[in-house]
Amino acid sequence: MNLLKKDFYRKIKTFTLNFGPQHPAAHGVLRLVIELNGEIIERADPHIGLLHRGTEKLIEYKTYLQALPYFDRLDYVSMMAQEHCYSLAVEKLLDCDIPIRAKYIRVLFVELTRLLNHLLAVTCHALDVGALTPFLWAFEEREKLMEFYERVSGARMHAAYIRPGGVSIDLPLGFLEDVSIFLNQFSSRIDEIEELLTNNRTWKDRLLNIGRVSAKDALSLGFSGVMLRGCGIPWDLRKSQPYEIYEELNFDIPTGINSDCFDRYLIRVEEMRQSCKIINQLLDKFPQGLIKTTDKKIAPPSRMQIKKSMEALIHHFKLYSEGYTVPVGETYTAVEAPKGEFGVFLVSNNTNKPYRCHIKAPGFLHLQGLNHMSKKHMIADIVTIIGTQDIVFGEIDR
Amino acid sequence: MKDYSKKILDLDQKLIKTDQFYSYIKLLLDSFPYDIKKITCIKYELVFEIKSESLSLLSKFLLKHSSCQFEQLVDVTAVDYPEKINRFQVVYNFLSVRYNYRIRLKVETNEETALASLCDVYLSANWLEREVWDMFGIYFVNHYDLRRILTDYGFEGFPLRKDFPLTGYVELRYDEKEKRIVYEPVELTQEYRYFEFTSPWDQTKSI
Repeated sequence: MNLLKKDFYRKIKTFTLNFGPQHPAAHGVLRLVIELNGEIIERADPHIGLLHRGTEKLIEYKTYLQALPYFDRLDYVSMMAQEHCYSLAVEKLLDCDIPIRAKYIRVLFVELTRLLNHLLAVTCHALDVGALTPFLWAFEEREKLMEFYERVSGARMHAAYIRPGGVSIDLPLGFLEDVSIFLNQFSSRIDEIEELLTNNRTWKDRLLNIGRVSAKDALSLGFSGVMLRGCGIPWDLRKSQPYEIYEELNFDIPTGINSDCFDRYLIRVEEMRQSCKIINQLLDKFPQGLIKTTDKKIAPPSRMQIKKSMEALIHHFKLYSEGYTVPVGETYTAVEAPKGEFGVFLVSNNTNKPYRCHIKAPGFLHLQGLNHMSKKHMIADIVTIIGTQDIVFGEIDR
Repeated sequence: MKDYSKKILDLDQKLIKTDQFYSYIKLLLDSFPYDIKKITCIKYELVFEIKSESLSLLSKFLLKHSSCQFEQLVDVTAVDYPEKINRFQVVYNFLSVRYNYRIRLKVETNEETALASLCDVYLSANWLEREVWDMFGIYFVNHYDLRRILTDYGFEGFPLRKDFPLTGYVELRYDEKEKRIVYEPVELTQEYRYFEFTSPWDQTKSI
């Protein structure tokens, strides 16, 4: 028998491991099929869709206003950012302008939402890696932020507050003062979180040089938001394609140098500080005025008007039963949600229901990059990478 | 624009004169005079309707040409128009970070005609095309991993097609006796109520 050289090598089979769907570090319901060579990841295949609720299909059967609350339930840690994107898309199709006060309220809440999201992103990431304390502190702050949500909409999370044509009701009395009080103490809360993490040896060991992506790959993978800025590309839709009043505001876009998980953590922390800066600027010049468009065919009348005027009553009834008709058109509208570019592709056909509404979720493309990012890393690092991608399954599975 | 003027519809003359608009339209029309069927501008968004055969060629051009550099394929989706022969309109959204510009390509196809996959051009096309396949049943040639993505393992049908009912066909529950999940045909205690609120009066003029 002839022995060939290749017969002397023993073939090593990779070990396949199921991660999730009930793993606490999987940020919800992620099932990962990981191929391991020893402890080194050869391939990670995310199986998603365990939280698929058919949002896009449901929206096709609802009026434009009824479709709005579905957007809260996509990424359930940055609710208003998505409502905002949808409202912008509908307004674009309706050719509807909103009053300046409504714009300020929207930006105020979108930035509060950014704080809400980044607090969870940073500290849940820390929790996954092994630091529990910042998580508890951040949730204290998140509680305060959700109280702001509650004060304007009655709901702590699924607010349905930003609507096509403006916002649903005006801010309650003393609201802006309380936001200001919150901001005064909040920057020291960020300092405290940073004290525990930024120079922490374990935190650095786990994050430095983990999950590096080159700028070219990040672009090709469709990354956006912090994931793209982490690679040193100063791309933020608030600056590059400004909407609402972002043009008038003064803020900076932090970018990374090493494009690793640690840079992305630093960017998130800095973005929180920038959001505080934006909100402070808003508070300085918050205008008075209307909070909805004056077009009676789009924005519902106030309670007071309904009680006084027959016409308002009819409008109210028609708007909440039939809804408004949106002329034929289509748009892809994107905003800079805390996680990245959140887009809505909306096709209208001159009826009261959207013909097609596609939701472009940033997390979907980020999770796709997981295989790329985790290749040749140790198995413990996959938790770090999932954490840095800031994955929320509501928006990925839709 | 001389020869191609028939292809350009709905374009505001003011918009054509702005540089970016004009340069992209001219560049693409000069390079692909026969591949582009129609150019429209809807709500300041530039849309090219192209022949399905030229999709991968055009996307490569958009990626590589130095004055385009659409590095990101942001989104792939489809719209179903069951009354048309080519019922699906597949929509590709591109973004150029370099020039801060968005462009949209549209391709028509049907259940039987496959499209070329853009996986070898854009890494992000992988999951985006898988989602379109999952939701609409549009097949992509040369896609290396075209599995279903969002629906259940073993799911049948394509949910975002207009002829797929909102309530679906199967429902599942945990069976205490069999100690496993069982699939059953959907049973509704009440017929699904589809409220058609549109009034008989013509609404469009009042807005």
